[in-house]
Amino acid sequence: MTNKEYESYYVPSQSHWPIVGAVALFMIAFGAANYVTDLSKDQSGYGGYLLLAGIALVIYMLVGWFKDVIRESLAGKYSHQMDKSFRQGMSWFIFSEVMFFAAFFGALLYLRVFSVPWLGGAGNNAATGAVLWPDFVAQWPLLSTPDGTTTTAMGWYGLPLINTVLLMTSSVTAHFAHSALLNNNRKALKSWLGLTIILGVAFICFQVLEYSHGYSEEMRLFLDSGVYGNTFYLLTGFHGMHVTLGCIMLIVMWFRILKGHFTPENHFAFQAASWYWHFVDVVWVMLFVFVYIL
Amino acid sequence: MTTDVIVQDSHDEHHDDSHEHGKMTGIKRWLYTTNHKDIGTLYLWFAFIMFLTGGAMAMVIRAELFQPGLQLVEPDFFNQLTTVHGLIMVFGAIMPAFTGFANWMLPMMLGAPDMALPRMNNWSFWILPFAFAILLGSFFMESGAPNFGWTFYAPLSTTYSNGSTAFFVFAVHIMGISSIMGAINIVVTIMNMRAPGMTYMKMPLFVWTFFITAYLLIAVMPVLAGVVTMLLTDTYFGTSFFDAAGGGDPVLFQHIFWFFGHPEVYIMILPAFGIVSTIIPTFSRKRLFGYTSMVYATSSIAFLSFIVWAHHMFTTGMPLFGELFFMYCTMLIAVPTGVKVFNWVATMWRGSLTFETPMLFSIAFVILFTIGGFSGLMLAMTPVDFQYHDTYFVVAHFHYVLVTGSLFSIYAGAYYWLPKWTGHMYNDTLSKWHFWCSLISVNLLFFPMHFLGLAGMPRRIPDYALQFADFNKWVSIGGFAFGLSQLIFLVVVIKCIRGGEKAPAKPWDGAIGLEWTVASPAPYHTFSTPPPQADIDQADQHEH
Repeated sequence: MTNKEYESYYVPSQSHWPIVGAVALFMIAFGAANYVTDLSKDQSGYGGYLLLAGIALVIYMLVGWFKDVIRESLAGKYSHQMDKSFRQGMSWFIFSEVMFFAAFFGALLYLRVFSVPWLGGAGNNAATGAVLWPDFVAQWPLLSTPDGTTTTAMGWYGLPLINTVLLMTSSVTAHFAHSALLNNNRKALKSWLGLTIILGVAFICFQVLEYSHGYSEEMRLFLDSGVYGNTFYLLTGFHGMHVTLGCIMLIVMWFRILKGHFTPENHFAFQAASWYWHFVDVVWVMLFVFVYIL
Repeated sequence: MTTDVIVQDSHDEHHDDSHEHGKMTGIKRWLYTTNHKDIGTLYLWFAFIMFLTGGAMAMVIRAELFQPGLQLVEPDFFNQLTTVHGLIMVFGAIMPAFTGFANWMLPMMLGAPDMALPRMNNWSFWILPFAFAILLGSFFMESGAPNFGWTFYAPLSTTYSNGSTAFFVFAVHIMGISSIMGAINIVVTIMNMRAPGMTYMKMPLFVWTFFITAYLLIAVMPVLAGVVTMLLTDTYFGTSFFDAAGGGDPVLFQHIFWFFGHPEVYIMILPAFGIVSTIIPTFSRKRLFGYTSMVYATSSIAFLSFIVWAHHMFTTGMPLFGELFFMYCTMLIAVPTGVKVFNWVATMWRGSLTFETPMLFSIAFVILFTIGGFSGLMLAMTPVDFQYHDTYFVVAHFHYVLVTGSLFSIYAGAYYWLPKWTGHMYNDTLSKWHFWCSLISVNLLFFPMHFLGLAGMPRRIPDYALQFADFNKWVSIGGFAFGLSQLIFLVVVIKCIRGGEKAPAKPWDGAIGLEWTVASPAPYHTFSTPPPQADIDQADQHEH
């Protein structure tokens, strides 16, 4: 290592963004907790406003914080080592997101494999089934719960299939955009990234449409329609929130590209957004298999 | 690059504190800081304040349990105290204290200028006080604080909640975000910021244990976020994840919770192993026995922690295969843990031992943690667990591993590095008082709990049958004595910050590690340029 020149690692001086972000998170958490508590008591309070103000403050913080980072990056303060820190940080963040979804997939599998069959008397639970809810029939999707709530299942064909095609295509176009960036082909980069964003927005629109079908009088598939509705809406809902966040990231990248940011060598932010996009795509494939098809 | 230059740098900075790059004064310094030492200090003070807060709650609990009957507090308030005591000690005291150690020591041990992501480092600290403000604030709300135990089992926290669930859930979300960001920072720092020439197997074992702990955190804190989210929707939005009437299962809650919860208990003990593995070699004046096996043992414990969660749930009526699988896997953990204990003992074997306060706490750690480990083995046996489950035996077990384990290691580490942090030696006499008072009282506090549990006294109750009265009296006396003894530590720390014998760069003659190559107190910025290879080789913990 003696003949290798040492690059200095940029340690930023003080920043007020973290404390702004901490206050914002407090407002979100405290506001949301108040809002939810008031809701359960049919009261109205300041919770909702505090929550919205917190979200606004978080957006303000993120814009300001990222502006600082972009300015430092454009000023050439970031070494190769710093770039690696960012990349590794983003990878582990995505891993933590994977584990978040794992909790919900784990719940889904447990409900399907254990709890619903057990309620129907499987294993050594014959007495449970006979005593608690004798008329309950264990099946998946669980269209009729032990306490008698009924619903219908969302098929995999139609909108979900279209959405699968859209999102998988967008993962490919995001990859083409990255290749174009590496080849310094800015025109192709803009087109492919633009197409990715359009596909992502279309996915979100179709998802909203699908939810409106679920909440219609014919389907009656609600969030509180027993464990089928619970897992359906929480899994697809959290995925949809992540797609929305990914879309916002990509849109920000698009505007940065219009401003001439990123080079074939230096484009961590673009890389991170694209990784995130591939991640939401993989989660969707898992969802399509375990929530819709099986 | 030579050592002289580093010493020169640190010397200059030490005399130039107030004018150097980026260090503000007053409150802004602490609010806006990106410096790993400042953030480490913040974490450590926050943890200690939380420790005293949670400890005060424990004092009320022990006062109520001093004799049978209801004397001081209402049963519901008693439940709130036990719940918040547990949450504070786990998420507010032990975990932030270890993160404080990581922040202070990792960059110095790795020869790095700072943590890899300094601004995010500040954010992950400053959201913590807000999270605990929400949690503690719920005491003053209409609903009262959470009263469903720190494990917040459904349906206690859903159907039968006192209305505090939403505040609890969002507070936990913030704690989780803080832990995940802190852990990502630790992993990236270790992977990317090691000084040139410091290979993974040359890192101090302290660094290894924090590395593995951070992985556990990134893997399981999101699962905690997932389970509290399901809890929130079950309580407020009509879902039935944990309600059989809608097709769910309350036991599902326990599965997800303990999938987080078991790695979580290792998150609170692996860093302790790292601290003790640093201190015992120093005061034995030997290298750590079996460095490589320590690395593999730590990794094995981390891996096993993912496949033993249901040993907390033997009495839920799991299928027999599940009971056996989780029993055997749990017992398997005794193997790598035994490797560690034997390695510490072998490190001391034929060493020239001296008994400075950090060493006293470390030796107490080895013995008392092993007691906690053995009661853990007893609990791991499914048939006997049917009797021990939810009794004071469990309380005794986890307090031996968390108080005489994690907390004692934190004290050991604090005494060991206080000279480096403050530039002064701590008051030796007072620190010995702190140790001996703590050692005696902690055993009076927790050892009789084993007997109470075996005799059948259930945990989490404000009142108990008459036959438990004598042991409970002694336990409470031990509790008050232990609580008071901790104030000695506060005095020692404050005295040490304000003055005392000047500490040399390396106050312990058997110490190795890069942190001892810089001045005491450590300059505001260290290792802006990497340390020389000779120093890194000198810091290698392998036996030669």
